[in-house]
Amino acid sequence: MALLEITNLTVEFATATGSLRAVDGINLSVDEREILAIVGESGSGKSVAMLALMGLLPWTAKVSADSMLFDGQDLLGMNDKQRRKIIGKDISMIFQEPMTSLNPCFTVGYQITEVLCQHFGGKRRSYNNRAIELLNQVGIPAAESRLNSYPHQLSGGMCQRVMIAMMIACQPKLLIADEPTTALDVTIQAQILELLIELQKNHGMALVLITHDMAVVAETAERVVVLYAGQQVEQRKAEKLFKNPKHPYSEALLNALPERAQDKLLNAIPGVVPGQMDRPQGCLFSPRCSYAQEVCRQEPPKLKDGILCHFPLSQPKAISVESE
Amino acid sequence: MSEQLINARDLHKYYSIKSGYLQPSKNLKALAGASFELYAGKTLAVVGESGCGKSTLARLLTMIEQPTSGQLSIDGIDVAITTDKSIKKQLRQSIQMVFQDPFGSLNPRQKIGNIIQEPLIINTDLSTNERHQKVLEMMELVGLRKEHFQRYPHMFSGGQRQRVAIARALILKPKVVVLDEPVSALDVSIQAQVINLLIELQQELGLAYVFISHDLSVVRHIADEILVMYLGKPVEQGPSEVIFNNPKHPYTQALLSATPSTNINTKRQRIKLIGELPSPINPPTGCAFNPRCQHAHKSCKISEPIMETYGESQAACLALDEGRI
Repeated sequence: MALLEITNLTVEFATATGSLRAVDGINLSVDEREILAIVGESGSGKSVAMLALMGLLPWTAKVSADSMLFDGQDLLGMNDKQRRKIIGKDISMIFQEPMTSLNPCFTVGYQITEVLCQHFGGKRRSYNNRAIELLNQVGIPAAESRLNSYPHQLSGGMCQRVMIAMMIACQPKLLIADEPTTALDVTIQAQILELLIELQKNHGMALVLITHDMAVVAETAERVVVLYAGQQVEQRKAEKLFKNPKHPYSEALLNALPERAQDKLLNAIPGVVPGQMDRPQGCLFSPRCSYAQEVCRQEPPKLKDGILCHFPLSQPKAISVESE
Repeated sequence: MSEQLINARDLHKYYSIKSGYLQPSKNLKALAGASFELYAGKTLAVVGESGCGKSTLARLLTMIEQPTSGQLSIDGIDVAITTDKSIKKQLRQSIQMVFQDPFGSLNPRQKIGNIIQEPLIINTDLSTNERHQKVLEMMELVGLRKEHFQRYPHMFSGGQRQRVAIARALILKPKVVVLDEPVSALDVSIQAQVINLLIELQQELGLAYVFISHDLSVVRHIADEILVMYLGKPVEQGPSEVIFNNPKHPYTQALLSATPSTNINTKRQRIKLIGELPSPINPPTGCAFNPRCQHAHKSCKISEPIMETYGESQAACLALDEGRI
């Protein structure tokens, strides 16, 4: 049985101008010890879907789903108190901005031991050794002296390591990383990704990686879910997706990368993700899709074999991968 | 050969830092010895991690700050020597900048049209109508619609805001545009749109770009020349193709291997860089890269390497010098 099983997850926000559907019927399943990547542009609902799972959305959000099972427990029927016992312990989440997601008023040591006290009880002091052990695990040099540092004394990469230490403190079964490396330099990005994968292997966690960078996905994930405007447009094994993307959007995302450009100009996707007001009638990607036909503009497509498209691509459109 | 627009020789910029009352101030070497040339219609990419002095270089080039030492001539005029204010003003007009964060670099209380025409108000005495006309032309050039004139920045997406920032930089018809991480805050698909726009504008207007970035896949696509910096010092520079196909300096090699790629078939051996950039206030002795370098030797900790020519590119590395790699 899958560790996490979400069917038909929908999140709607009540805004002044009407309701906004940020996530539209997503089905997700994550197996134990699996690395799943969720890919999409900003506004595609990838973060909102995961925040809904964590129960971290504001009251304006209306979350509904047919089922939301984690490790056999139903997260939907739970009240907040019960949910808090799972969140942070069995499911934990790393956020994008390491500098802003740590509390600037407390030391690193305080923030790490706080998680442990919360879930296992006991005195904060008694967890100091565990905190040092955790900091060592995530590769922070001189961990003992770092316990008393404040977040502003650390660099972005170090802060992200502290975040990761906090999140693996309770040995979660599922770790969600929401754009964990977007704010970091390439060399640090490589270090953090490597660390996440190493921890995932050693601890036997499942890892959900949210990102908009296809290259990061290619380096890490086993399975990929591509989201567009809140809908799940493609869900497949990473290897297959990169060789032969079936949905035009996945293909366009790949082709927009500079490394896949054939000449001086890149294959940009025209336009932007539709907002609340300009949602097209048919397929949501149709205004930007280079294969769109009349049917695409009139009728929304149905999900078939994990692909949401009237005309899934069979052959890759002459993607010539530059030989390195 | 096209026109030479920027000629920088051995640029240095130090900031003095007070570490406390009664304590002597220390020098932070933000930039130590950058030399390069930039020609019309070409792109120079400055690459490195945060804290390597890329943005300091941008501030020197745009004359926001004066170099501590070294020579910088823009359009054939030496910036340090010139005291004539009108010449300086003209120089400032010919070099403009686009910043990284399109959410922070536009005034949220100004309309798009006013943001774009502000350089004109300051630097020219055109009438309101003429200014409007120019702004509308520029908006069309960067792919904004006429009706956007009266809108506020918050009504736009990141990509469109970056277009506004580009329009503002181009309105004075500069010869050089300094782009400080112009696409790193954008999504991949929007990033491609903005890069295409930059390339088209360059071809159309013959602009020279100084493209500051840490994303090597973007740099590879857009740059003609590359300058790799580490802790304020250039470590390798040369033509883009040469640097990407045959990187000489261990740091460049590490940077290239750290860049993720969608090409799953070619699993490369990744060079692991341990640790982070050391503090520029208290840099390591000898080669600044030696604590993280896998080829570091005793001599690397003692003497500082200088730029030497290897084939078509230049690199500053003792291991290369001594033939160890």
